[in-house]
Amino acid sequence: MKWGQPLSLTLIVFSTATRSLSTSVQLHAQVQTKSKKTLAKPGVKNIVLVEGVRTPFLLSGTTYADLMPHDLARAALQGLLHKTSLPKDAVDYIIYGTVIQEVKTSNVAREASLGAGFSDKIPSHTVTMACISSNVAMTTGVGLITAGQCDTIVAGGVEFMSDVPIRHSRKMRKTMLALNRAKTLGQRLSLIGSIRMAHLTPELPAVAEFSTAETMGHSADRLAAAFGVTRLEQDEFALRSHTLAKQAQDAGLLSDVISFKVPGRDTVAKDNGIRPSSMEQLAKLKPAFIKPHGTVTAANSSFLTDGASAVLIMSEEKALAMGYKPKAYLRPAYGTPKVLARAGLTMDDIDVFEFHEAFAGQIMANLKALDSDWFAQTYMGRKAKVGAPAMEKFNLWGGSLSLGHPFGATGCRLVTTVAHRLLKEGGQYGLVAACAAGGQGHAMVIEAYPQ
Amino acid sequence: MAGVRALGALSRITARRYVLSGKIVLNSFDLSFFLARTHVNYEVKEDVAVIRMNDPNSKVNTLSVRMQNEMIEVFDEVLANDAVQSAVLISSKPGCFIAGADINMIQACNTSEEVTKLSQEGQKMFERIEKSPKPIVAAINGSCLGGGLEFAIACQYRVATKSKKTVLGTPEVMLGLLPGAGGTQRLPKMVGIPGAFDMMLTGRNIKADKAKKMGLVHQLVDPLGPGLKSPEERTIEYLEEVAIQCARGIVHKKISLTKKKGMMQKVQDYVMGIAFVRQQIYKNVNGKVMKMSKGLYPAPLKIIESVKTGLEQGPDSGYLAEAQNFGKLAMTSESHALIGLYHGQVACKKNRFGVPERPVKNLAILGAGLMGAGIAQVTVDKGIHTVLKDTTVEGLSRGQQQVYKGLNDKIKKKAITSFERDSTLSSLTGQLDYSGFEKADMVIEAVFEDINIKHRVIKEVEAVIPPHCIFATNTSALPIKDIAAASMRPEKVIGMHYFSPVDKMQLLEIITTDKTSKDTTASAVAVGLKQGKVIIVVGDGPGFYTTRCLAPMLAEAVRVLQEGVNPKKLDALTTGFGFPVGAATLADEVGIDVAAHVAEDLGKAFGSRFGGGNVDVLKTMVERGFKGRKSGKGCYVYTPGLKSKDVNPDIDDLLEKFKLTPNPSVSSDSDVQYRLVSRFVNEAVMCLQEGILNGPVEGDIGAVFGLGFPPCLGGPFRFVDTFGADKLVEKMRRYEEVYGNHFTPCQLLLDHAKDSNKRFHK
Repeated sequence: MKWGQPLSLTLIVFSTATRSLSTSVQLHAQVQTKSKKTLAKPGVKNIVLVEGVRTPFLLSGTTYADLMPHDLARAALQGLLHKTSLPKDAVDYIIYGTVIQEVKTSNVAREASLGAGFSDKIPSHTVTMACISSNVAMTTGVGLITAGQCDTIVAGGVEFMSDVPIRHSRKMRKTMLALNRAKTLGQRLSLIGSIRMAHLTPELPAVAEFSTAETMGHSADRLAAAFGVTRLEQDEFALRSHTLAKQAQDAGLLSDVISFKVPGRDTVAKDNGIRPSSMEQLAKLKPAFIKPHGTVTAANSSFLTDGASAVLIMSEEKALAMGYKPKAYLRPAYGTPKVLARAGLTMDDIDVFEFHEAFAGQIMANLKALDSDWFAQTYMGRKAKVGAPAMEKFNLWGGSLSLGHPFGATGCRLVTTVAHRLLKEGGQYGLVAACAAGGQGHAMVIEAYPQ
Repeated sequence: MAGVRALGALSRITARRYVLSGKIVLNSFDLSFFLARTHVNYEVKEDVAVIRMNDPNSKVNTLSVRMQNEMIEVFDEVLANDAVQSAVLISSKPGCFIAGADINMIQACNTSEEVTKLSQEGQKMFERIEKSPKPIVAAINGSCLGGGLEFAIACQYRVATKSKKTVLGTPEVMLGLLPGAGGTQRLPKMVGIPGAFDMMLTGRNIKADKAKKMGLVHQLVDPLGPGLKSPEERTIEYLEEVAIQCARGIVHKKISLTKKKGMMQKVQDYVMGIAFVRQQIYKNVNGKVMKMSKGLYPAPLKIIESVKTGLEQGPDSGYLAEAQNFGKLAMTSESHALIGLYHGQVACKKNRFGVPERPVKNLAILGAGLMGAGIAQVTVDKGIHTVLKDTTVEGLSRGQQQVYKGLNDKIKKKAITSFERDSTLSSLTGQLDYSGFEKADMVIEAVFEDINIKHRVIKEVEAVIPPHCIFATNTSALPIKDIAAASMRPEKVIGMHYFSPVDKMQLLEIITTDKTSKDTTASAVAVGLKQGKVIIVVGDGPGFYTTRCLAPMLAEAVRVLQEGVNPKKLDALTTGFGFPVGAATLADEVGIDVAAHVAEDLGKAFGSRFGGGNVDVLKTMVERGFKGRKSGKGCYVYTPGLKSKDVNPDIDDLLEKFKLTPNPSVSSDSDVQYRLVSRFVNEAVMCLQEGILNGPVEGDIGAVFGLGFPPCLGGPFRFVDTFGADKLVEKMRRYEEVYGNHFTPCQLLLDHAKDSNKRFHK
C-alpha cells in the first residue's frame, strides 16, 4: 500500500497521478457481486481502527481562546486513553498532523504526548499536509504497521486558530538578529536608529497559498464557477450540512466527542458551530471572496475552528490480543476513483460516504466532476465518469461546514465518523475523501469490522 | 506626469510590439456577403441580448467593413426587439475581444478625405452605441485594442477577465495614427486628461487590474480552471453570465452608471476644470513630445491637438478634429513607414523554412557572458531545458545572476510571480563541463570573438554532441564559413547573431552558409521565434547584414569627430535624424574595442570603401582604456548611478592629434547627417544587390530593430523609396567628390535613381 502521494489536480478526490496500478485490473475482474464480502487479502496484515475521539470543535476565539495547540491535542490524547483504557506504555508511535504551527511547539505530537503522560520512550512526530494532515498521520501509522515496525499507533490532528504566529517583518527580524550580534553600544544604537515605521508592520501567517498566491476561498469560488455550481446549490448544501449535524448532535450520534474541562473556563462537551438557519438568511449574505458576483459566502464555507482529534490504530492481531473490539478496517489509498479501483469496488458498493466539506462550492464541484464523463476523459484519463455518491449516504451527520474544520484534525474525525456510521447504519464499506491546499487530496476505504 | 512616459515609447519604438492586426482583406468577389451573417450574431436570453463576435477567417476579431456592417444590422434588430432591455457584447474567440481596426481598410484609401470618412463612420456607429437607450455591457476577454477599445468605451459598462491575455490600449500612435473613432474624445472624460495622454501617446498595453484602477473597466472576473468544459470556454461563458447580471443590474437600477467620486477625483476634476491648468498641461505634454520625438513624429502632436479641440471647443469640433487629423495622419510618410514596419515585423515572426524535423528541447549555451546569459534568459522561460556552460565559476555565477536578475525584474513589474521565477529557473543548469551535452538538440556558442577560440570550441563540442545537434555561433562579424571550416558537419553549423541586451533587443539575425541545411535553418528560426525574436535570415559574408551596414556609418562618425564635431553634437545630429541612440553613444554602448575590431576586419575585407575616419582613433582610445560604457570611459565618462554623462575630457587632445580639416561644402549639419545615413543606406542596398539580403522587408526590419535606424523612416529601403533614390545619389555624388569611393553609390541604387518607377516597396 502506498500513501502520502501528492496528486496533480486541484480537486483531489479524483487523482490524476500516474502511478501504475498493476493490481487493479486483476482486482476489477474479481468484482462480480455488488458487494465484496471483505477487502482482506491473504498475506496482508489487516489494520483496524480501535477507537476515535475528538475534542468538541469550537469556533476560534471562543472557549479555547487562551489555550495553546498542544493543550487541545493533549485533551484528545487523554480522552482516547480514557475511552480505551489503553496502558500508556502500550503505544509504539504517536503521530500528529497540524497546519499552522505554533513555533514554540513545532513538534506538537511530542509536547502533547509527554503532557498526556505517555512514556518518553515512545517516539512521536508531527506531519503537515494542509487539510489532510491527520489523514497523513493515520496513513503514516498504517504504513508503520504494514512494514512490521509497529503494532499500536496513536494518530491525531490539532489546529488552533484562536492564536496564530504573527511575526515581525523580515526587515525588523533582520535588524533584531543583527542586534544580537552587535558588540558595542555604538553598533547597537546605530541598528536601533535604523528602525523605521515600515519595520513595524507585522507579517500575518499566509492566508494565500505560497505558490499560487491565491486564497482558498477565492480558489473555491473559481472552482464553483468552473463547474457551474450556483449560489443556491451551495446554500442548500450548507443548510443540509447544518441541519444534519444538528440532528446528529441532538440524537447523540456524535459519540466521538469527549468532554473537556477547559482550564479557567467551563467544561465543553458539544461542537458550537452548528447553526441551522434558513435559505432566506443564507441568501442575504454577501460574497466573501470574489466581489460582487462571487458565490462563496461566510455561511457556505467552513469556519475557523479550534479542535483536536485522536485515533487508536492497531494491527488486527494485536487489537484482538489486547482484548479490543475493533470498529473498522482501514484501507487507505488515494483519490476516490483510484481507491475504488484498487479495492475493486464501485460507487454502488459504498454504504457510507464522508467527504470533507471545506466549502459548499468545492464539494458540489467535486460531486459534479465525479459525475462528468468529459472531466473523467479530459483530466483523469478514464473512459467514463465514476459517478457521484448517493446523497442519502453522504455526510449524514453533518460535515466540516457545520461541525467545523480545525485543519489538522479533520481527517481523524472523518474516519471515526465513517466507523461509527457503519456501526450505526449497518453497512459494509465506507469511503473517506478530503482535499487540501496545494492541489492534493486523500481517500480511504473503510470496511466494517464484523460485529 | 503622464505624457512623460509617453514619449519614451517613441524613441524606443523598436522595443515595442505592434498589436493591431493586419488581416487579409476580403476578396472583392466574396459571395458570403450575400449570405447569412458570419461575423456577428446574437441570442436573446430572457431580457438580455447577447451579441457575439467571431471573425471566421482569422484568429483575431478586427473591425473590418464586414464586422461593422453586421454589427449595425444586429444592433438595429436588438433595438427594435421589445423583449430586449439590455445587451452584452462579447467575443467568442478565446484571447481576443477586438484586436483593432482593419489596417488594410485604411491602406486601401487614396486620399485623406476617404480616411476621414472612415473615421466619421466609426464615430457615428459608436455614438449610436453610446446613446443607446438599452444599456450595453462590453464583456472583455483577451486583447481589446485600438478600435476595439474605442468600441468598448462607447458601451455603458465594461466587465473584463483578469486573464493574462486581457489587455486594453490604444496602440494607434505606434502606427503613426490616432484613435480615430472617438477615442481622443471619450478617453479624457473616462480616465482623466493625464491618463488619456499617457495611454494614447505611449500606446502601451494596460492589464485588467490596472484598467479597473484607472476607471477604464467597471468590474473584473477571474479566469477559471478545469471544470466541466475547457477552461477557456467556461471562462468566456462565466464572463457572459456575469455581464448579463450586470446588464440586468443596470436596467433594474441596482448598478449605478455614475460612479461615486472620491476626494482625490473631485480635487483632480476641479483642477482640470481650470482653463489655465489645462493650457499648462497641453504645453507641458507638447514640450515633452517635441523633446522626445524631435518633431519627427506627427501623430502625438495631432493626438494632443484633437484632445485639446474637444475639451476647449466642445464635442462637435473635437470629433471633427479627430476625424480630419486621422485622415491627415494616414497619408503621412511616417505612418506608412510605421505600418510597413508593422507588416514587416509580422512577416519576420513566421518561419518560412517550415517545421524543423525535431523540435529543440535541450539547448546548451557556451559562455555565460552578457550575451550567453542573455540568450539563456530568453530561452529558459519558454519551456526549453537550458544548459549554461562557462569555463570559470566566477564567469558562470555572474551569468546565472544575470538570468536570475532578469526574471526577478519581471516580478517587480508583476509580469510573473516568484513561484514562476523559481520553477523557470529549475530548467536552467549551470555547469563547467560538457556533461549532458549528449542530450543537446542545439548548442549556441557565445564565447570570445576570436576565430581560434571558436575553432577549439567547435571541435570540443562536436566530440560530445549527438549527430542531430545543431551548432550555432553567436558572432557579430566573423564569417560563419570560416568558423564552420573547423566543423566535421558544416550542414549543421549556422550563425545566430543576437543583439545586446538580448532580453530587450527584438532582432535576431540568422546567418546561413551555402552548406547550411534547410532543416538547420528551420530549427534556428523556430528557436528564435520561441525566444520571442523578430528574425531576418541573411547570407554569409563579412559583417553579414547588420554589422556591415553599421561599420561604414561608424567610420564616417569617427571622421566627423576628427573634423572637430564634438560627441554631444554628433549625438544631437544623429538623434535629430531619428536614430534613438546617437552615434557616439552607440559606439560607447557597442564598445570601442569591438568597434575597432570590426572596423579593422571589415576594412580588410572590403578595402578602401570602408575607410573614412582613422581606425587609429579607436585603437588609441582602446589603448588608453576608453573602451566605452563597460570601462566607464569612452566618448563619454560614465559615473555609476548617474544618468547624465559628460564628454570624456581626455578625448579632445586625442582627437586633436588626428584632426582633419572639414570641407565647408559638405559639413553643414544636414550634410553631416546625410553623410552618415547615406553610407548606411548604400551598404544596405548593396547587401540586397549581392544577395546577402532576402528582400527589402528584412533589410528594413534588421536596420530598425537591430541598429535603431529611424523608425519614422521605416528602414533604409523605405527611406530610399520615400526620399528618392535620385536625390540620394545626387547627395552622394557631391560627397564622393570630396571623399572618394566611400560615397560611391552601388549599382542597384543607381538603377533606382535612373528609373523613378523602381521601388523597393510596392
